[in-house]
Amino acid sequence: KIEPLKVTVDFLKVPLGLKKPPLKEALAALPGKPKSHILERHKSRRSDAMDNESQYSGYSYKSGHSRSSRKHRDRRERHRSKSRDGTRGDKSVTIQAPGEPLLDNESTRGDERDDNWGETTTVVTGTSEHSISHDDLTRITKDMEDSAHLDCSRHLGVALGVALALLAFLTPLAFLLLPQLLWREELEPCGTPCEGLFISVAFKLLILLLGSWALFFRRPKAFFPRVFVFRALLMVLVFLLVVSYWLFYGVRILDSRDRNYRGVVQFAVSLVDALLFVHYLAVVLLELRQLQPQFTLKAVRSADGASRFYNVGHLSIQRAAVWILENYYHDFPVYNPALLNLPKSVLSKKMSGFKVYSLGEENSTNNSTGQSRAVIAAAARRRDNSHNEFYYEEAEHERRVRKRRARLVVAVEEAFTHIKRLQEEDQKNPREIMDPREAAQAIFASMARAMQKYLRTTKQQPYHTMESILQHLEFCITHDMTPKVGGVRYLMAGPTIQYHKDRWLAKQWTLVSEEPVTNGLKDGVVFVLKRQDFSLVVSTKKIPFFKLSEEFVDPKSHKFIMRLQSETSV
Amino acid sequence: SYLISFSLQQRIEIHKLRQGDNLILGFSIGGGIDQDPTQNPFSEDKTDKGIYVTRVTEGGPAEVAGLQIGDKIMQVNGWDMTMVTHDQARKRLTKRNEEVVRLLVTRQSLQKAVQQSMMS
Repeated sequence: KIEPLKVTVDFLKVPLGLKKPPLKEALAALPGKPKSHILERHKSRRSDAMDNESQYSGYSYKSGHSRSSRKHRDRRERHRSKSRDGTRGDKSVTIQAPGEPLLDNESTRGDERDDNWGETTTVVTGTSEHSISHDDLTRITKDMEDSAHLDCSRHLGVALGVALALLAFLTPLAFLLLPQLLWREELEPCGTPCEGLFISVAFKLLILLLGSWALFFRRPKAFFPRVFVFRALLMVLVFLLVVSYWLFYGVRILDSRDRNYRGVVQFAVSLVDALLFVHYLAVVLLELRQLQPQFTLKAVRSADGASRFYNVGHLSIQRAAVWILENYYHDFPVYNPALLNLPKSVLSKKMSGFKVYSLGEENSTNNSTGQSRAVIAAAARRRDNSHNEFYYEEAEHERRVRKRRARLVVAVEEAFTHIKRLQEEDQKNPREIMDPREAAQAIFASMARAMQKYLRTTKQQPYHTMESILQHLEFCITHDMTPKVGGVRYLMAGPTIQYHKDRWLAKQWTLVSEEPVTNGLKDGVVFVLKRQDFSLVVSTKKIPFFKLSEEFVDPKSHKFIMRLQSETSV
Repeated sequence: SYLISFSLQQRIEIHKLRQGDNLILGFSIGGGIDQDPTQNPFSEDKTDKGIYVTRVTEGGPAEVAGLQIGDKIMQVNGWDMTMVTHDQARKRLTKRNEEVVRLLVTRQSLQKAVQQSMMS
């Protein structure tokens, strides 16, 4: 599956236009670029932007949802095209800035290929408008079939729910109207009580409508691998309810042409009441039950050991997984593969020093284990100073980072002192007045070098493009923030959601679990959320049952004595 | 070896010295049932609330008589001193009409010396 996707990745290195002209223009533009120094850099940076597009056409949780309005989709498209233009606008900004670019070719290429590979493998579902629309579909039919099957089932679920809701909503109205339509002449006149019941039906239906809108008509935050058990249960319940009411109605009322209209109206009101109670049940099952914390989940990232604890209530494994993911993006520091490995200079050649010769025995079957054990033992006995090198390397790195950090902090402070908000009484000629963007660009130049050096030392440079830094500075300036805020964002790696969403947020995670994922959480359940290059291992522990006992302390019981050891001379 | 259990005590006779209007013995006491036994540096058992000798003045009558620092005073002139308050102990030692006090004291060094000689 990798090979055809590699092809598509190459093709995808153009902005996927929602309108045709940009596509063509970019295609025309791309090969024709002169190989100048600056622009080559931008080609690599534009490929960052390219990968954005391919990412988005993946299992975007917003895609393919029939209920999401056109309005939402259009708004999203506009935002994306705006961000694309922003990155393309990098070109002009770089020319003004002095010195080297912020992103090295070498430093990012490997990373972005690693990171974004995951996204591109989930590329095409063929369901959203954003995906590769016209010509390329034929190339990727196989993937489309696979994923279309899954999305079909989701569509099916949604459509079923909507149909059921409509049926349930319209049934009472039908109950009320059918006698009027079919045997109006034979009906007993029913004055005030019926009208009262009509009003109550109307308002209850309105409340039901609002309640259903509040509870069910929400954008789903994730696609679950399996059916959501409670929802299915509720749908079945509603279906059974409606069917049984219709059965009764059909047999007792339609067939026999019951003349007591008031009874019919009361029957319809009872159906609406039953539906309201089902709605209450839905609120309790879907929303309330999981609120009280019952379990503590420990999420550990396999790559670097960052871990967090979360308290959750009664959830199924798949819902707990989504909960963990929602919290992962703002709690865990961003995954930086560059920070994981010990520097090569430190890892000495451990095992290669020994060669094992076997004397005598030719046909010993367990020779290999014996050999490896001998090698390991010998290597352990050999004097190994790699820990020394590691220690000194670490100390040196620490010192370097601190020095650069000091330089960065001073540079940021000095840069921010040059900017002042324009007061009404200041008389300045219009040429000197700047909007936040220009102010950001103006002060960026003075701190660019220090920032770049610091980011490179802490290996954070893939996470901050020039554009993102300028945006952040603009943000700080607009809101009158101190230089501390302006700089602190770069001093440490923050949570993943802080960085440019499209680039670093992955939407495709795989849930690996030994138990079926619709099972509820129990003490000792372990499941794994896998990504391309790391995974989150989540283990469950039940919150212990606390036995609280009471002890009454009388405020007057606090009494004290002096404990002396006196010495008397006699 | 066999176990003999007895308490080693020494009788000390102190002749009070007259200094002006007072009769002094030349040592200081600490302890008592109203005191905190855990702060006693001389006792082996930290719940012992007996009266201990905390200081002995040099050249005073107590030193001359052989009283040592850390001694536990068991009796004074026949009066029991193991269950008295600090003030009662002081009073029994400083009765104005007595010129001689006979103390019954016990000390750890005595016991240890006997144990060692028994074992050897």
